[in-house]
Amino acid sequence: MTSPAPVAEQRETLKRGPAAVPALSIDGVSHSYGPRRALIDVSFNVQPASFTALLGLNGAGKSTLFSLITRLFGIQTGRVGIFGHDISRTPGEALRLLGVVFQPRTLDLDLSLTQNLLYHAALHGISRREAATRSAELLARIGLTERAGSKVRDLSGGQMRRLEIARALLHRPRLLLLDEPTVGLDVKARADIISHVRQLVTEQGIGVLWATHLFDEITAGDELVVLHQGKVLAQGPMNRVITEAGAQDVNTAFMRLTGAQVMPGGGT
Amino acid sequence: MSSIATRDAPRGFSLQEYMTCLTGIVWREGLRFLHQRERFVSALVRPLVWLFIFAAGFRQVLGISIIPPYETYILYEVFIAPGLMAMIQLFNGMQSSLSMVYDREMGNMRTLLVSPLPRGFLLFCKLLAGTAVSLLQVYAFLIIAWFWDITPPPIGYLAVLPALILSGLMLGSLGMLISSGIKQLENFAGVMNFVIFPMFFASSALYPLWRVQEGSPYLYYVCQANPFTHAVELIRFALYGQINWISLAVVGACTIVFMIGAIFAYDPSRGLARRGPAGGEG
Repeated sequence: MTSPAPVAEQRETLKRGPAAVPALSIDGVSHSYGPRRALIDVSFNVQPASFTALLGLNGAGKSTLFSLITRLFGIQTGRVGIFGHDISRTPGEALRLLGVVFQPRTLDLDLSLTQNLLYHAALHGISRREAATRSAELLARIGLTERAGSKVRDLSGGQMRRLEIARALLHRPRLLLLDEPTVGLDVKARADIISHVRQLVTEQGIGVLWATHLFDEITAGDELVVLHQGKVLAQGPMNRVITEAGAQDVNTAFMRLTGAQVMPGGGT
Repeated sequence: MSSIATRDAPRGFSLQEYMTCLTGIVWREGLRFLHQRERFVSALVRPLVWLFIFAAGFRQVLGISIIPPYETYILYEVFIAPGLMAMIQLFNGMQSSLSMVYDREMGNMRTLLVSPLPRGFLLFCKLLAGTAVSLLQVYAFLIIAWFWDITPPPIGYLAVLPALILSGLMLGSLGMLISSGIKQLENFAGVMNFVIFPMFFASSALYPLWRVQEGSPYLYYVCQANPFTHAVELIRFALYGQINWISLAVVGACTIVFMIGAIFAYDPSRGLARRGPAGGEG
């Protein structure tokens, strides 16, 4: 609602490309841990240049889904595609287009910011010189150039998250997954990270899947996927999901859909 | 921007990309090792305690006859030096696997495993990096041992390198195989007791096998079947510029088996998939 019209138009054109391959396609995915079913027939798409919020309470299956998309677990049933590349059959091509920010911190605390970035670049086969250039650019973008040589341990929580996002962008992915990236951050750091990621969507056309249980991180114009107890209960543009649930806002819509008791502003 | 929605043809990975990845993983492991100075010190102190104290005490108890590759009577210290070199690698291999369990809990393992390069290759790089770290430790030990009159022929220092790389890979891949089965850090202490100590004591590291045979024929067969015995013998012969072909064959075969096992265990559709969610929540 707040985004200016030209940007919205640009996003529409990006979505309506000639052979529109979704950035991420989840197709009939189910997953069980022994007898416990964590995901049940989950299907949805994330389009390029779109911000898709995966909304669910803790334990809804968000982390399991992320583990499947990132190939940490094998897929039991269904299919996951990244820009048309099947994650099980051609994992290399699929993972190359994917950037991930996991919920637990995954930085080397004793290494410097630059060393962390260079290591990640090496894992993607990016040459040292190219990696150094890209690292410097990304550090400048997240405002941490002066800290480039200090240990990650000395950063604040918000700075670490920004660094993790920068790291996820180092190999220039076209799909970015973020698993509850703002957990444990203060209001200012949260706002910074959200606006940074939204910029990536509008300026670089990256498709974003943003898992969260915080309703205030979602705005009108976002795509919404509501995941509850392993099932997709609703999906589509935010306004439509709210209207179809016969509600006024996301919070109420979520409550109606899941029957859960939700505190204003999110959380369980 | 118009190409954004089209699907690219698979382009695979160039040799250069593989090499960049390999050097990156080894470089990171080296940096981590430098940051953990206490790990280096303890890796050195452990074999030196055996060399300075245990060997000195046992010198009078155990007489070593002339057995290949030695051509003269040797001191007990000289005999156990190759065993202690292998011990450094055994501990290092298990410690690297500890770091994999730790990494997996801390999430660093995730960073490695979402690399687009083939997972088997990533694990191989990780093994090679661990082996490189063990080489630093072993050569540091050899330098100190030289002042303790353990002076193999100069060519031995070079000839032992390929032997150390192979034994390092074998012990590292064994550790990795074990780590894939460990869910929590606490279990690792058990692995130390059930893997490291039996492997070390039921081997030719501390006593020649003919001595063991005199004492207990059964233990002798156990020692013969222990891959660690062959790692020790491979290193012992190489240190004197010779090749023990049987040990080479055993260590080579075990390396391949353990490595395939480890790669299989870390395959997403088999190993990790059977366990619960890694992040702790569904």
